Amino acid sequence: MAGPGSILLEWIGKGPVDAEGLERVRRRVAETFALPTQVATVNGPPGDTLDARRGQHSSTRILRWILTGVPPGAGKILGITDVDLFIPVLTYVFGEAQVGGPAAVVSTARLRRTYDGRPAPPALAEARLLKECLHELGHTFGLVHCPEGACVMSRSNSVLDVDGKRAAFCRDCRQRLEELMEERNRS
Amino acid sequence: MKPKATVLVVDDEEIVRDSLASWLTEDGYGVDTAPDGPSALARLAERAYAVLLVDLKMPGMDGLEVLGKARALQPDAPVIIMTAYATVDTAVQAMKQGAYDYLVKPFEPEELSLMVGKLTKAQALQRENVLLRKALKQQFEFKDMVSKSPKMEAVFELARTAAKSNSTVLILGESGTGKEVLARAIHGESPRKDGPFVGVSCAALTESLLESELFGHEKGAFTGATGSARGKFEIAAGGTLFLDEIGDISAKLQLDLLRVLDAREFRRVGGTQLIKTDVRIIAATNRDLKKLVESGTFREDLYYRLDVIPVTLPPLRERKEDIPILVDYFLAHFRAEMRKPLEALSRDAMQLLMAHDWPGNVRELRNVLERAAVLARGPILTPLDLDLNRPAPPAGAAAEGADSLREVERRHIVATLKQHTWNITRSAKALGIDRVTLYNKIKRYQLREDE
Repeated sequence: MAGPGSILLEWIGKGPVDAEGLERVRRRVAETFALPTQVATVNGPPGDTLDARRGQHSSTRILRWILTGVPPGAGKILGITDVDLFIPVLTYVFGEAQVGGPAAVVSTARLRRTYDGRPAPPALAEARLLKECLHELGHTFGLVHCPEGACVMSRSNSVLDVDGKRAAFCRDCRQRLEELMEERNRS
Repeated sequence: MKPKATVLVVDDEEIVRDSLASWLTEDGYGVDTAPDGPSALARLAERAYAVLLVDLKMPGMDGLEVLGKARALQPDAPVIIMTAYATVDTAVQAMKQGAYDYLVKPFEPEELSLMVGKLTKAQALQRENVLLRKALKQQFEFKDMVSKSPKMEAVFELARTAAKSNSTVLILGESGTGKEVLARAIHGESPRKDGPFVGVSCAALTESLLESELFGHEKGAFTGATGSARGKFEIAAGGTLFLDEIGDISAKLQLDLLRVLDAREFRRVGGTQLIKTDVRIIAATNRDLKKLVESGTFREDLYYRLDVIPVTLPPLRERKEDIPILVDYFLAHFRAEMRKPLEALSRDAMQLLMAHDWPGNVRELRNVLERAAVLARGPILTPLDLDLNRPAPPAGAAAEGADSLREVERRHIVATLKQHTWNITRSAKALGIDRVTLYNKIKRYQLREDE
C-alpha cells in the first residue's frame, strides 16, 4: 500500500503483467516526481465495471473500485489495466483521474496498437504507457491539461497525440507541479 | 488554479454526470452537475455558465424543455444537446429551439474537446470585445484620427472648430506627428470637402520650381516651359491648399505668398493676367516659426497671416497611451495590404515600443511596424521582428554595467555634433530628427560646444 508522499503503480489487468516493462516505468515515475514508487499486482478489474454491449470497462467505475482500497492519507494510486476504457458519452478514454485526488487509472489497450489498429512495437507501447502514467498522476497532483502540445499534460485524443508529446512536463507545468507538491506537504 | 470556464452538465444518470465532470475537470474547466431539469434551472438562476451539456432524454422535464428555459435564463450560454438516438427530427427540433449543436452518444473525445474549447474561447473573445468596446468609447476621434490622449482631444476640438471656418490654419509639430493627416481631416470636415485637397512640400523643391508649382507658368516663361501649366493655387480652387514645410521657403516666395494671401489673386510665372484664387490655406512646419521671425529668416507679416488658427500636434513620446491603438490601426492596414495574417504584437514587443522615445514620431512607428510586418513569420510580431535602431551594445558588455539609453543617446548626439562642427541643421539631418528636437536635446543634456 502507498504511504503518504508515495506512489503505487497497481497492475489491474486481465492478462499477465509485463514486470520488466513496468519496472522501467516505475523508475521513470519515481525520478520524475522524486517520490518513492512501488509496483503491485491486484486481480481486476471487477466484472461490474464491464459494459457487455460496448465490450469496454467504465473508467469511472474502475476508479471508484480503486478508491475503495485506498485508506485515508495514502499516497497516489495509479491503476494500470489492459482492458479498453470508456465513459458513457465518449467512444473511449485512455484513462481517468481525480484532479487533486488520490487515484487514477490508465489503459494499455489502445497504447499497444498503431493508429490504424495494428500491434505497436513493444518499446513504443511502453513509451506511451510512461507518458500516460505521468499524465494521469499529474492530474492527481492537481495539474490540468496543458495547451503546450509537447508537454506530457497536453490532452491526447489519439495515439498520435500521445506520440507527439514528450515524457516530461513543460516548464510551466513543472513549476506548477512543484508548487502543488509544496502546498500538499505543508497541509 | 482558477478554472478557465464553468460548464453545467445535465443528465439523469449519475455515472454520466460524474465521468463527464471528471473529463472536463482534467481539461481545466469548472463543472457543476444537475440530475434533472428543475435543478438545472435552479443552478442557471444562481450563476452564469460558459456551456451547457444537456441530455435529451430525461424523465420529467426533457432536454428540449430544459433548452428552451435555459435560453430564456441565459441566452448567451450555448447549449449542446447529447442524445443516444440520432433521429433527424430531434436534431432539427433541438437546433430550431436554439441549441448550438448536438452530439450523438457515444462521441469521439476529440469532438467534445474541440466543441467545448471552441465555445469557451468564443465566449472569452466576446467578453474581451465588450471590454474593448468600452475602452474604445473613451477614445477621441477626428475623421480617421484616433487617440486616447487628452492632449490630442484638445487638438481635435480645435481642428473641428477650425474646419467649420474658412480661416488659415497653421499646424505645428515635429516630423512624423501627422500634420498632413490632420490637414486632410480638417479639409474632410470643412464645407470645402467636395473640392480638391492639394498638397505641396515646400522644402522639396528649388525656389523657381516651387514658384512654378504654386502659381503655374505660361509658355516660354523659362527654359523648358514648352506649354502653359496651372499651379496648385488654381488646381486647389474651391478646395484646400496644404503648404507643408512652410518654414523652409525662400524670402522671395514668402513675399509672393503674402501678396496672394492679401489680395487673393496672383499671376502665373511669365503671365500678365491676374487670376482670382479661392483656396483655403493650411500650412504646416516642424520648425519654430517664431524663432525664424526673430532671427529674420521668416517674414513677420506672413507669419501673422498664417498663424490665424495655430494647432500644435504633440510628439508621440508625449502621448504614448496612443501606441497600442496606432499599432492596431497600422497592423489592420498592413494585414489588408500585404494579405498576411498579422494579429497582434507580443507583450514584450509592445513593451519595447512603449519604452522607445520615437524621435520620428508616428511615421517612425509606422515604418517600424511595416518592416516588422514584412519580416514577420507568424501572426504575432515579436521583439525580433522589430528594429528600433538601437545602438548595438559594445561586445562583451555586461548588462549591469551597460549605459542607460539616455547616456547612449547623449554620447551619440555629442559625437554627431562634433562630426558636423556643431552645425545644427546638418547634425539634425544626420540624426534623423528636426532642428527643434535637437535644440531640445542639447538643452536637456546641457551640451556645450567645448565639451
